[in-house]
Amino acid sequence: MADLHEMQDARVAADMLYTGEDKPSVGDVEIKNYTINFGPQHPAAHGVLRLVLELDGEIVERVDPHVGLLHRGTEKLMEARTYLQNVPYMDRLDYCSPLNMEHSYVLAIEKLLGIEVPLRAQYLRVLFAELSRISNHMMNLGSHIMDVGAMTPNLWMFEVREDTYGFFERASGARMHMAWFRPGGVHQDVPLKLLTDIGDWLDTRLQLFEDAITLVGDNRIFKQRNVDIGVVSRDDAINWGFSGPMIRAAGVPWDIRKSQPYEVYDRMEFDVPVGTAGDCYDRFMVRVEEVRQSARIIKQCIAQMPDGPIASTDRKVAPPKRGEMKRSMEALIHHFKLYTEGFHVPAGEVYVATESPKGEFGVYLVSDGTNKPYRVKLRPTAFSHLQAMDFMMKGHMLADTTAILSAIDVVFGECDR
Amino acid sequence: MNYPKFSTNDGVIEAAKAALGDALVDAFEQAGEIQLHVKREATATALGILRDTKGLEYQQLMEIAGVDYPDRGQDRFEVVYCLLSLTKNHRLHVHVQTDEAKPVPSATGLWRNAGWLEREVYDMIGVLFDGNPDLRRILTDYGFRGHPLRKDFPMTGYVELRYSEEAKRVVYEPVQLAQDFRSFDFLSPWEGAQYMLPGDEKAPQAPGAPSPVPATEKK
Repeated sequence: MADLHEMQDARVAADMLYTGEDKPSVGDVEIKNYTINFGPQHPAAHGVLRLVLELDGEIVERVDPHVGLLHRGTEKLMEARTYLQNVPYMDRLDYCSPLNMEHSYVLAIEKLLGIEVPLRAQYLRVLFAELSRISNHMMNLGSHIMDVGAMTPNLWMFEVREDTYGFFERASGARMHMAWFRPGGVHQDVPLKLLTDIGDWLDTRLQLFEDAITLVGDNRIFKQRNVDIGVVSRDDAINWGFSGPMIRAAGVPWDIRKSQPYEVYDRMEFDVPVGTAGDCYDRFMVRVEEVRQSARIIKQCIAQMPDGPIASTDRKVAPPKRGEMKRSMEALIHHFKLYTEGFHVPAGEVYVATESPKGEFGVYLVSDGTNKPYRVKLRPTAFSHLQAMDFMMKGHMLADTTAILSAIDVVFGECDR
Repeated sequence: MNYPKFSTNDGVIEAAKAALGDALVDAFEQAGEIQLHVKREATATALGILRDTKGLEYQQLMEIAGVDYPDRGQDRFEVVYCLLSLTKNHRLHVHVQTDEAKPVPSATGLWRNAGWLEREVYDMIGVLFDGNPDLRRILTDYGFRGHPLRKDFPMTGYVELRYSEEAKRVVYEPVQLAQDFRSFDFLSPWEGAQYMLPGDEKAPQAPGAPSPVPATEKK
């Protein structure tokens, strides 16, 4: 009833302000709901999301997310380039976890080619995929905290994130768009010092993340903003096609790294955190625990990593070493052919999905046997999650929009492609 | 092998055949993945059967991909549903063939996330979905024309936009390229190129054959 009175007061106030001649008279339709536009340029929209919100007072009745403002036609562009030339496009999908995007793509190619990747390359991929998971979660957890009102943890976590970019740079030469996973292995080997530095970093600097979480994990205001907000039940999460932390927070222990292990994940010991309530707080906490588990996996990778080649020795797929090219004519020809014509992938179609930090990132690849993909369909994680915004927002306050949006962990490079 | 390993494909095709019956057109395994081709009219029912039949249990719809095969003549589009079973830990693909006019029964009644996935296929390829309550464009611009992922849609598109200082707003203009789109053909001409090589027109023989006519064939 209080709401009704407030609304009536507001309407009376609006009427008093209104001095136009076409003042509503008896019999005109009274419109109760009103629509507001959130984004596309809004700091809490996590990029270029436009939400058309239908409000009843401050209660959200309906959400219509408009996506596609960052659509760059990646899938179309990929059809005109060779398989190797397409790797950098993957970095630009989810720019917060580029290596995980490359991972699905190179695995899809390798599945069609049917080639074996050396063990060291598999360990390196897992190590750096987990490092980018940490990097991604630093970004997401930090901005989630900031979206609900706290500043400090975000700054601390960006310190950690910056460190991971230092490691990526030392491995690949690029801070953000690494293009380091290549069909057949990885581009370059890493020095031993980098691995030991990562190990030391996990023991020392990751404490900054733990400190940041102690500030908000049990904080009353943070809980008030997140607990019981955007609750998704187990069945709804499955029906909406959720994956990753979103489905795990709803209580489904589903992790592709565990259930459909790729690379050397079957040799790793790690736990899959699962939520109980399926609300924003659970999603946040699932990601917090995933960071710790990723650190565990990285340590195991460093301890177990064997020496050896870092890319396939199949010269029809992976290029020879520069030194080899100086001496061997055949190596020179292979190099030339790989970087002009590229390799041919046998005709067929595969769908390969890996556990990206945001959920299941899949690549549906159709090859017609030439050096360019016939069709690549990228399965963004955000599509299912963002689509459920309407369902998750119904009946919530306008201010909960940012909490729910942050807990989805949406990045538009990936959503819009 | 290093790619994601799900549970065995053994017996899945048989189970699908038994459950789907007439709706199934073709079923085979390729590159370790099961591909089912179903009749277009029976798409939604077939997907429902795959989801609800005990022993199949594909609870999640992960992706709907549209593929354009213009060389096929009729039914040039293929819609591929990628299903995932959480309980059986298995993946499966369901293919449906259609064209610009024939609508595919919508899966929105089965999975709530099918809505956007179908919108994307409609936007990118131009396949119609019968029963989707909200079949709007999703990724392309407001007021966009055409379906960009069709093979006959040029990669550069038809219009470009810029902010016009005179009109004080964003204006659309026909696309003008300062340089032609460069598409290099690196396919080896020695390995069965299907086109006329430069100079081949001088030799009266099959395109792609070695240009100097063998001495034995000379008149």
